[in-house]
This record gives sequence, structure tokens and C-alpha cells, in this order.
Amino acid sequence: MKVWRWLVALLTLLFGRLMRRHAKEAEGERIVPAGTPERRAENVVLLLLALAVLWGAGFIVTYAEWSPAQLPNELLGICLGMSLLCIAGALTVFAKRLVVTEELEDDYPQEHPQEQREILEIVHESGSRMTRKRLLISAGAAAGGTLGVAALTPVLSLGPLLDTGPLDRTPWHYGVRLVDENSAPMLASDIQAAGFYYAFAEGVDPENIASDLVVLRLDPAKLKLPPGRANWAPQGILAYSKICTHAGCAIDLYRNPKFPALEPKPALVCPCHYSTFDPYDGAKVIYGPAGRPLPQLPLMIDSAGYLRAAGNFSGRIGPAWWGVREKPKNE
Amino acid sequence: MKDPFEDPVRFIDERTAAAPLMRKGMRYLFPDHWSFLLGEVALYAFIVLIATGIYLALFFDPSTAKTVYHGAYAPLDGQTMSDAYKSVVNISLSYKAGLLIRQTHHWAADVFVAAMVIHLMRVFFTGAFRKPRELIWIIGLLLLFTSLLEGYLGYSLVDDLLSGIGLQIGYGVGLSIPLVGGNLMMLIFGAPFPGTAQFWSRMYIMHVLVIPLLLATLIGVHLLLIMGRHHTQFRESPRHTERRIIGVPLFPGQTPRSLALMFYVVAILFLLGGLVQINPIWQWGPFEPWLATNGAQPDWYLGWLIGALRLMPSFDVTIGHYTLIPNPFWGGVLFPGIVLGVLVSFPWVERRLTGDHRVHNLADRPRDAPNRTAFGVAFLSFVFAVFAFGAADRIFVLWGLSYNLQLYIFRIGIWVVPPILFLVVRRACRELQATDRIEEMRERAEEEAAEHERALARARPEPTA
Repeated sequence: MKVWRWLVALLTLLFGRLMRRHAKEAEGERIVPAGTPERRAENVVLLLLALAVLWGAGFIVTYAEWSPAQLPNELLGICLGMSLLCIAGALTVFAKRLVVTEELEDDYPQEHPQEQREILEIVHESGSRMTRKRLLISAGAAAGGTLGVAALTPVLSLGPLLDTGPLDRTPWHYGVRLVDENSAPMLASDIQAAGFYYAFAEGVDPENIASDLVVLRLDPAKLKLPPGRANWAPQGILAYSKICTHAGCAIDLYRNPKFPALEPKPALVCPCHYSTFDPYDGAKVIYGPAGRPLPQLPLMIDSAGYLRAAGNFSGRIGPAWWGVREKPKNE
Repeated sequence: MKDPFEDPVRFIDERTAAAPLMRKGMRYLFPDHWSFLLGEVALYAFIVLIATGIYLALFFDPSTAKTVYHGAYAPLDGQTMSDAYKSVVNISLSYKAGLLIRQTHHWAADVFVAAMVIHLMRVFFTGAFRKPRELIWIIGLLLLFTSLLEGYLGYSLVDDLLSGIGLQIGYGVGLSIPLVGGNLMMLIFGAPFPGTAQFWSRMYIMHVLVIPLLLATLIGVHLLLIMGRHHTQFRESPRHTERRIIGVPLFPGQTPRSLALMFYVVAILFLLGGLVQINPIWQWGPFEPWLATNGAQPDWYLGWLIGALRLMPSFDVTIGHYTLIPNPFWGGVLFPGIVLGVLVSFPWVERRLTGDHRVHNLADRPRDAPNRTAFGVAFLSFVFAVFAFGAADRIFVLWGLSYNLQLYIFRIGIWVVPPILFLVVRRACRELQATDRIEEMRERAEEEAAEHERALARARPEPTA
């Protein structure tokens, strides 16, 4: 009995070994190892793909059903997004449960000293017929370089590269009338004390930034304009360039205290980087990154009561660039 | 039954002789770590950008010619505006699914840059930029900075009030470039701001063709170079070495994973585009150069530049009455230039400082390179502080913290906080390393003790039953 048992045990062991070895060999023949089937995961993937179909169809129906004015953007987004999400979910289950996951090893690529040497050899040996290599290379570089520059030359037609004159030009000179946003001439009597007015040069495209002004009416007694500007502000009406001297935004904030005893004094403020200018003091910079005051435009009131320029700006309008002169030449 | 793949595979190989390449490519290995997917997120956002961008280009009108609006949005009725702005209002409000596509495009741009920035941080802090991957690093940086320009052009094209302000600031910053700024801006704009009518055509072709082509090329080269050198891997086991890569093959393992990630990214972008409003341009109104508005914020990825422009003290380089270097240069050109310069040169600087010229295929854990990690955190905190200050006016509105007070806190903070963070982070890294060493010693000691125990047990005579 005992012997019989021993025999069975031995045979089982032997066959087990053999079978396993056989199985291993079969596995070794495959490139991608076999995994166990997972019907449940397959069901989940199928369900998610079916949902993706439904959501996708929902998108088409939504698109077709509503008129453009009523079409809910949210519903379109949800339909498309959910359809995509279902596919993403299906792929996730697919990747985690249904695809055989392998962890393989490979070599990182190494240097190739042999090929490096051969490249050098080929390069050097290929030039053996040439006697004046350096001259040939220089000539080639000159030809290629000149042709390259020639090919780029038409780029200059884009704009006046060498002429920065247009940056200096303004439409303002003695007698030009100030107009409002509707191109109506501005009367001095229209300018209220607490107001903040846009103004432009008459007959000029307001998109010309040199034309754009802010106009204020301040107490003439409190003005501290720089020397030489004594009669630039008739009745205390002042005009400054609307374009910030820092980065070129429009000065579109006017701080006008309701209770001057406690609040900071009036100021023109650029909303982009908060450069702040004192309108009483020739728009001197009192805060922020701007480096120059806002240029002031001398004003006068003609016999009909209209506001007119009495000359050009006190300085360069807009952001500065290399070589900009702060004061005009006649000052 | 005949294998359905047999004919196509033979067809392709007979025509292209590519079977060996495909066979090899299918078994290309990807080390398995979640952080290696960040670059893929950026790639998929880029694909969404191309697809939605093509759709938008079918409707967009790149012209600044003036027109009067009569359309679906009553508050703008009768307004004079550019054709460009009108066409985008129409895309948003008059064409079916137009708003979904436009908002998804905008969200994709924001996510694209965000994914690139996080990807960059991953690569930096794990030292994956080191030899032999410096070129991949530099191309990645070029991709990031080119994308900033691409995004800026994209929202500038719309010609709504906010986009116009952004363009105007860009013009001011361009003018401030020493020596050539004025000439350069005259060349690009053709005339003083807002430039000639052709300027819009120029922006358009740059945004829809030239820069996307450049980005696609750079992405292609980036990926090719990675394929040549393989990904880095973490030292997760003794089998992970500088010479041997361990990972999941492209096919079948990695393909469904990557596709799943792609579908997640696209799904989230379309859900954002459908559910979360972004840049409702019909509310901003058309841009005119004499208009601006308070509370304007650019897209997040330009926040660091507005922050730098605001943070910079009033300082111009002048000689007498002549301005040499105007203020916007510091924050708008020099600051991003320095950030780019530091990042581009970092692999070489680090090599010089550490004297480590070896090839590295194993990625560092951040703690294992205390100096690099500390520098990275300090540098990042500097840039992030400048970025945060870009929102100082919003912080004031939200929490009432005075703008002026914030200005001085940040002006001091950006110089004080990074050095402190450097010291703190370096210390923390070293402590973590010490903890690791102690842990290792403990494990080794426990192993030895167990071994000793087993030896004793063997030596002891078996108790007789």
C-alpha cells in the first residue's frame, strides 16, 4: 500500500513537472504572453461604448433640434464631453483588464564611437581633391549668406524700418479744433468741473493715437503747470494725451475725490499698470511705472467758444523708445 | 480562417519595407510613471487646438474694416466694430456649436500651456534634462515660449476691448527694446499703433499657419529625439539601471493607455468649453485705441508679464532728455528673457557646478539633488510671485488688501523669499535623504537579525517528538 502511494506521488510530481515545462515552452513561443479571459471587463467596455454612441447621437440630435438662438451650449458640451468620457473609460478598462500588461527590459542606446570615427573619415577623405578648402568654404558662405539676405530683403516692405518719423507725427497744430466721439466740435462751456472727456483732432481718424485726448476742467487757481505753460489751460480747461507714456494703454480712469479733505487728490490713472499722473502739475508721474509725464496740449478758446489747439504737444506721446527726446526742440 | 491583418501588413511591408521598423516600434518601451504623462496631456491639448482652430478659421474674418453690427446680441446692435470682432461675436452667438468650439479652443490653449509648464517642472526636478537629453529640454523650452506668443496672437486677433489693450501693451513693450524697438514696431505694424490694415493679415497668418507649423515641427523633433534616447526612469528596483530600461511596450500595453488619456483630455476640454464660460467677448465690446478698462487680466500664461510690468519701479535709462531704455523693457523683455536664459543654460550650468559629465538615464528623486531642487523651488517662487502680483488689483477688489501695500510686500518679497526657500528646501531634502539612509540601515539590520535567527535555529538540535 505504502509503495503504491509513493509511486502515485512520484508520477504526479513528474508529470506535473513535464506539463509545466511544456506550458512554459509554449509560452516562450509567444511574443505577447497569454492572459486569462475576462468576460465581465468585456461587458463593461461594451456598455461604455454603447453609452458613447448614445451621447454622440445626443449631440447630433441637440444640434439639429434647436435653433441657433436657443441652442444650449451646455447641452452640446455635455453630450460631446460625455461621449468622449465614455470612450476614455472604455479604453481605461480595456487597457487595465483586457490588454496583456507586460514589463519588458531593453538596452538604453549607447554611443557609437566606431560610426563617429567613420563619419569623420568620410568627411575628410571626401575632400581630398580640393586644394583650397578654406577659400571654397568662404566663397560658398558668401554666396549663401548674400542670397539669404537678398531673399529676406523684401521683408522691408512690411513697414518703414528705417523711418521712425511717423511715430513722432501728431495731427495737432495751432487752430485744430477738438471734437468729441461723435465728431461734434467741443464747446468750452460743455466741459464740466467734475467731468472726464474724450477728445480728438477734427477731421482725423480717432484711431490715430496721437489724436486722442483727455480733457478736464480744474480750478485755475490750483494749477501748478510747468513754466512756459501759463496760458495753456484757458478757464482751467486742460488737455493731455490719452495714451500712457509707459506701455501705451488709454488713460481711462479719473480719480476725482468726492470728499477732498480725506481722499487723495485728483489723478489720471492708466488701468493697465496703474501709472498715475497729476493733472494739476502737468501730468507729472506721481505713482506707478511710467517714466515721463503725459504730454500736454496747449488749448485756446475761439470767438465761437470752441476749444482749439494752440500748438503741438509738450512732448512725445505714447510709450517711449530708444532715443525719444522728452522735450520738444522748441522748448 | 485567414488572419485579417496578414494582407495589410504584407502590403505595407512590400511597399515601404517598414516591417522591421514597425516590429521594433511596437515593442518600444515606456517606463511606467504617472508624471511621464504630462507631456502627453500637452500634446493632446495641441491636437484639440488644431482641430477647433481649423473650425474657427472657417468663420473668422481677419479684417479691421469697420462695419455696423446687427445681430443676435441686442446690446451691441448698431455698434460700429471691426469685421474681425463681428465675426467672432457671430461665431459665439449665431452659429450652432460655434461657442462650444470657440470656448474649447480657448480652454485648450490655457490647458496646453499649463500642461507644458507642469511637464517642465517634472523634467527639471527629476534631472531628466541632463546629458543625453539637453536638446529635448531646449526644444521643449522653445515650444513653451513660442506657445506663449501663439496664445497672445490668438486672443489679440479677436479685436475685443481686452484683446486690443493687450495688443497695445505688446506694442509698448516692443517699442521699449533698446536700439531697435521703434524700427521693429514700424516694420511689424507698418505705422504707429494700431498699425496698417495689413497688420491683421500678418497676425492671422502667423497665428493660423506659421507658428502652428513651427510648433508642430518642434513637437515632432521633440518626440523623435525622445524616441532616440528613450525616457528616463526612476530607480524603482535594482533592475532599473543606467544601461537597462524597464517599461511597458508601445503595443499592446501603452497604446490603449495613451488613447484613454487623449480621450480624457479631449473630454475635459469639451466639457469646459460647454460648461465653463471663458472670455465672453460680446460683453467686452469692440476695441478702440482710446479705450481701456479697469480689472483687465490677460490669459493666465501672460500673468507673469503683466505682473513684472506692474512690479517694476519707475526707472528709465536716460541721458539728458533722451530716453535710452524705457521702463516696459525690464518687465516685458528682460525678465522673460532672463527666465528663458536661466532655463536654457541650466543643464550646462549644473554640469559646470557639479562636475558631473556622465550620461544619465535614471531620473533623480528631487530629494537626491538638494541643490537643484532648492534652486528650482526658489526660482519658481520668484517667477510665481511676479505672476501673483499681476493679479494684485483683483486681490485688492476681493480682499481689500491695498494695492500699494501689496506692491511693497512683493517688491521686497521677491528678493527675500526665494533665498529663504532655497535654504529651507535644501535642508528638507537633506533630512529626507538622511531618513532614507536610516530606513535602509534599519532594513539591513532587520535582515541580518533574521538571518542570524535562522542560523541559530538551524544549529539548534531538533526537539524530539
